[in-house]
Amino acid sequence: MVAADLSVILPEILLSVFAMAALLAGVYGGKDRWAPMLVWAASAAMLLIAAFIGLRGAPGAVAFGGMFVDDAFSRFAKIVVLVSAAAVLAMSQDYMQRRGILRFEYPILIVLAAVGMMMMVSAGDLMALYMGLELQSLALYVVASLRRDSAKSTEAGLKYFVLGALSSGLLLYGASLVYGYTGTTLFSGIVQVAGQGDISLGLLFGLVFVIAGLAFKVSAVPFHMWTPDVYEGAPTPVTAFFATAPKVAAMALFARVLHDAFGGAVRDWSQVIALLSVLSMFLGAIAAIGQTNIKRLMAYSSIAHMGYALIGLAAGTALGVQALLVYMAIYVTMNVGTFAFILMMERDGQPVTDINALRMYSRREPARALAMLILLFSLAGVPPMLGFFAKLAVWQAGLDAGLVWLVVASAVASAIGAFYYLRIVFYMYFGEEDGDEVETNTSPVLYAFLMGSAAIMVLGIANMFGVDQAAAAAAAVLVN
Amino acid sequence: MSVFAFYLFAICVIAGGLFTVVSRNPVHSVLWLILAFLSAAGLFVLLGAEFVAMLLIIVYVGAVAVLFLFVVMMLDVDFAALKAEMAKYMPLALLIGVVILMQFVMAFGAWESNAAAEGLRAQVTPTDRHNTEALGLILYDQYFLLFQLSGLILLVAMIGAIVLTLRHRSDIKRQDVLAQMYRDPAKAMELRDVKPGQGL
Repeated sequence: MVAADLSVILPEILLSVFAMAALLAGVYGGKDRWAPMLVWAASAAMLLIAAFIGLRGAPGAVAFGGMFVDDAFSRFAKIVVLVSAAAVLAMSQDYMQRRGILRFEYPILIVLAAVGMMMMVSAGDLMALYMGLELQSLALYVVASLRRDSAKSTEAGLKYFVLGALSSGLLLYGASLVYGYTGTTLFSGIVQVAGQGDISLGLLFGLVFVIAGLAFKVSAVPFHMWTPDVYEGAPTPVTAFFATAPKVAAMALFARVLHDAFGGAVRDWSQVIALLSVLSMFLGAIAAIGQTNIKRLMAYSSIAHMGYALIGLAAGTALGVQALLVYMAIYVTMNVGTFAFILMMERDGQPVTDINALRMYSRREPARALAMLILLFSLAGVPPMLGFFAKLAVWQAGLDAGLVWLVVASAVASAIGAFYYLRIVFYMYFGEEDGDEVETNTSPVLYAFLMGSAAIMVLGIANMFGVDQAAAAAAAVLVN
Repeated sequence: MSVFAFYLFAICVIAGGLFTVVSRNPVHSVLWLILAFLSAAGLFVLLGAEFVAMLLIIVYVGAVAVLFLFVVMMLDVDFAALKAEMAKYMPLALLIGVVILMQFVMAFGAWESNAAAEGLRAQVTPTDRHNTEALGLILYDQYFLLFQLSGLILLVAMIGAIVLTLRHRSDIKRQDVLAQMYRDPAKAMELRDVKPGQGL
């Protein structure tokens, strides 16, 4: 029984063993001198594990008495998480090294955070959920304040830690209520109790607290306050990481809890999710208008995008979960490219985050400006870029579930939000030069990620590289 | 007799908790907290969970409370000022607290014991085993995955603490054990034949 269980969690074991081996190598070996090598090794290891999960082909299984679920849904989420984490890690090496903050613990913490995310998306039990979430969050708190001589970075880490602890408390309180009213922490047991007609008021109370805790992790309004400050204060590669892999993991966990544990009570949570969704879309669209710091802007952008993705969850159907997964995959690809561009922005070797510095960027770097234009159009949801099809998928799911008002609201929010993406495009192509322009980091890695991501945004509209079918299969497993 | 012991310990826990909150001197607070822990351990013994009782004493009294004591003695925190700050927000906090409490009363007023829930709950309490053994079975068998995961979480916490606080200073002298071991007498000292009255 133990051997069978262990073979189910083999990818997680391999990745944790890699992290610990890398830690030993770092401590007893070359310390920070080996950090660049460890970054590449960690990136390669995560890609290998992602390929292993994708090609494994073993039938879905449940391990440790239902606490760990390995199915098409968790595999899809794990592959997206691992590939995006590997991409962000590969992008960060040059930036971190030149700022002197590339320590050998950095790749190890990222890998351990990835292990936590893999546990999150595979959780089949409230306790396993919490353990995965804490493993991920603790590693993220530390990397947020990695630039420890900077007051902003320290503030980012501290703020994230305190508010994260508060949200964990809310989640745990909700989990304890759910346990109290159902008598089990296993999702398969909760769904039996919750599926019997109306769920009791106490269970509903617990569910709302669990949703509040998880909404914090995906930074949905009104639990978003930490996002702009943490995104601004953390070192840019870390911000890029925050905006990608953890969001996918938290969204997948959200879908897993709501469908696996509360699948019989869709009516009860659908309205809560719809409210979170509409608030996030509008706050993300409106609050970003006044921002000139591109990292804060991306924070509000991610809040808005979480709002759109939540439409898929609010639909409460298999089509909705499929749309959610497609949305997250496309969102992550867009964000990797956009952050590759942000990492390139510098002046005299120092990073620049002011969007005013991008004036007439197209004249100096036409290829990069065009790639960024494609990515920004895609983020704004302008057809025919891939980002539009992501929105189309959630809208279809929303209409299918009869959430017409939500779809209309999101179309309005999307139109408002397009303003701040297009403003950057305007600066790049039509702005007036005012002397302190941004210079470009010529790192080939960043260039490859920017161009690759932009190419996907255009080429992907043909068949989305088969992501749609994989997401459909994943959603079919979760919602039944 | 056991009823008497229960009330004795219970009153001590409540009194300890109360004085932890209200005493002005933080050191006294910690001492009251230790009393609360010890009395709670007594309650666990009455329940037949002697292993948890010993853990409570060893971990909470032996480590956590002593750590608290060190912290309040070493950090010069002006608790009176903190309390004055808190008093400013008290009315609003009380209002919100009362509102939340009323909501909770409404939620818990509707408590109905689910038959399925009762059945599931009964499964986790073994009747034929000693409680230490039962705890071991739960920790290392049923919740083996969670046990290992908490190990990973603690590892992350340790790495994090080191990453954020350890600074390598270049201006202090460090011991290099290997260099010391590989020193050989031929290099470290030199024998000179010093003639009387001349010196080197």
